[in-house]
Amino acid sequence: MSTAATLATRRFRPGFWTIVAAILFLAFCTVTVIRFTKGLGAVTNLSDQFPWGLWIGFDLLCGVGLAAGAFTLTAVVHLFNLKKFEPIVRPTILTGFLGYAFVIVALLLDLGQPWRIWHAIVYWNPHSVMFEVAWCVMLYTTVLAVEFSPVVLEYFGFHAPARIIHKLITPLVILGVILSTLHQSSLGSLYLIVPSKLHPLWYSPMLPLHFYISAIGAGIGMVILESYLSGRAFHRHLEMDLLEPLARGMVVALGIYGLMRLQAIRRNHAFGSILEFGYEGKMFLLEFTLGVILPVALMSFRKLRSHPDWLVGGAFLAVLGFVMNRLNVSITGMEAASGTRYLPSGMEIIVSVGLVATGMAVFAFAVRTFPIFPEGQGAPSRESKEGA
Amino acid sequence: MGMGLLFDATRCIGCGACSSACKEQNKLPGKVEEVLTAYTWTTVKEKEGTNIRRLCMHCEVPTCASVCPVAALVKTPEGPVVYDAKRCMGCRYCMMACPFEIPKYQWDSAVPIVGKCILCAGRLKEGLATACATACPVEATTFGKKEDLIWEARTRLRTKPGAYVNQIYGLTEAGGTSVMMISNVPFEKLGLKSNLPAEPPAMRTWQVLSNIPDFVGVWGVFLYGVHWITARRERVADATNHDNGREDRS
Repeated sequence: MSTAATLATRRFRPGFWTIVAAILFLAFCTVTVIRFTKGLGAVTNLSDQFPWGLWIGFDLLCGVGLAAGAFTLTAVVHLFNLKKFEPIVRPTILTGFLGYAFVIVALLLDLGQPWRIWHAIVYWNPHSVMFEVAWCVMLYTTVLAVEFSPVVLEYFGFHAPARIIHKLITPLVILGVILSTLHQSSLGSLYLIVPSKLHPLWYSPMLPLHFYISAIGAGIGMVILESYLSGRAFHRHLEMDLLEPLARGMVVALGIYGLMRLQAIRRNHAFGSILEFGYEGKMFLLEFTLGVILPVALMSFRKLRSHPDWLVGGAFLAVLGFVMNRLNVSITGMEAASGTRYLPSGMEIIVSVGLVATGMAVFAFAVRTFPIFPEGQGAPSRESKEGA
Repeated sequence: MGMGLLFDATRCIGCGACSSACKEQNKLPGKVEEVLTAYTWTTVKEKEGTNIRRLCMHCEVPTCASVCPVAALVKTPEGPVVYDAKRCMGCRYCMMACPFEIPKYQWDSAVPIVGKCILCAGRLKEGLATACATACPVEATTFGKKEDLIWEARTRLRTKPGAYVNQIYGLTEAGGTSVMMISNVPFEKLGLKSNLPAEPPAMRTWQVLSNIPDFVGVWGVFLYGVHWITARRERVADATNHDNGREDRS
């Protein structure tokens, strides 16, 4: 409370959104208490027929996926040496780190006995995709924390360790890209095991690649979106000269992804189930039109890409379509085989929304405190030229 | 090949002795429920005029064991797929992955674990038959060596061809199971999945996972190579600019 107040008086009004975030956070805490005293059944609509719900479909799959901007941009800047994108690497790494923190908190709620989460380190089963997921979460969160740490270290005046990390940036980034490649694809691999349960509009032996490439597309979309949102909140201009070429990368990623999806559906002989226009068919059309066709079509035009409103709109569609896809894979596509319908309970939604709000509040706090954006807010020390 | 069970739906009278015996043997609380739960590990139900049991099929290559990140589920050589509740952290991937939809969860508990038939692994170690087979008054559920059971099932199908659907459920489903069933009604009408491939689902993920070590090496070298080339290109460009600048000045 006191920190929020000091920050508010320092530069910002104690706005409407701060209060909303605080209320959501408190609601989240309440649900957490019920969940750990009464069990998962008391707060969720999960059942023996439908054991994975919103917390896996949204919190885990989308939280990880939308953090993909971090590895994409660090690779672009540090490996492909496109230095002009350097100014937006920091906010992207921060988003990635917060995305992973969000995933970990959600997992701690979703696991039946989260105090045993360390078992994944001790009891190995390399045949399990979940084992791979667990290790990727642990290792990549660490990599993101280290990648971001120079910002915090330099703020507190620890220049020596920050310099060491700068020296090690290339191997760090390579490690991060490898782990991300494994992790993004492994979330798709999770569903390789259910060929008889997942609807043919979404099931494919290529699921790992679908997940990987769509995460790159949506990750770039998130970079554009967060530039826009923080621009609005902190009255900064959009870095159009950086975001416009990023949107081109997004078009390429989404284009490849869209094509692969269509090929997979052809291989499954599942085009018929779109034409039937049933529940799954409608959901697929909505997802594919909003999340792939529209953003690719719109962002192919230079004029639209160069216009801030259209650019942000295109990025928003890509992110929305991505979220719809992950929910369709984890929920819509699994319902028919489960013989039941799943709709998240109010308390499940509170947890997800509360976590998103908390993440955004932490992001806002970090942006205000540390030199993260190019024209950093209240930034005492910001090294201007230190490329790896 | 280990031990297994053969369930003959044409013999079952639906008395439920197997379900009750299972509850007692495994000290499961509450009454026998309509469907499988974490506290009811086997059920008998009438469908299409026939009684059908549901219980863990004890796959030869169990999907649940392959997906469990902490190896809490393990196939033993004697046949049972056993569960170590002390290892389980509750990710519920086994429930998602099981092609027969067998593992169930304690949704009402603050310290929940998975519940499923373990083929009375403790009794098997002592050389005893499962509690359900022992309790069955009409030998609808038979316990024995798996190869003997297959032979027995084939004999019944051959000697009374009109009385059975010509299929041993569990012989090839999801790579074959230790529990097998024969019936006079097609199995999909009894609520059992009929679309299960003969290849164990676990192989699909192993094809991906087994490639990870190779992939990490190649991807790492490729990424470093990209960095090497672009960084050198930058140095060359810098040096060229430098030289040009000097020439201009002179």
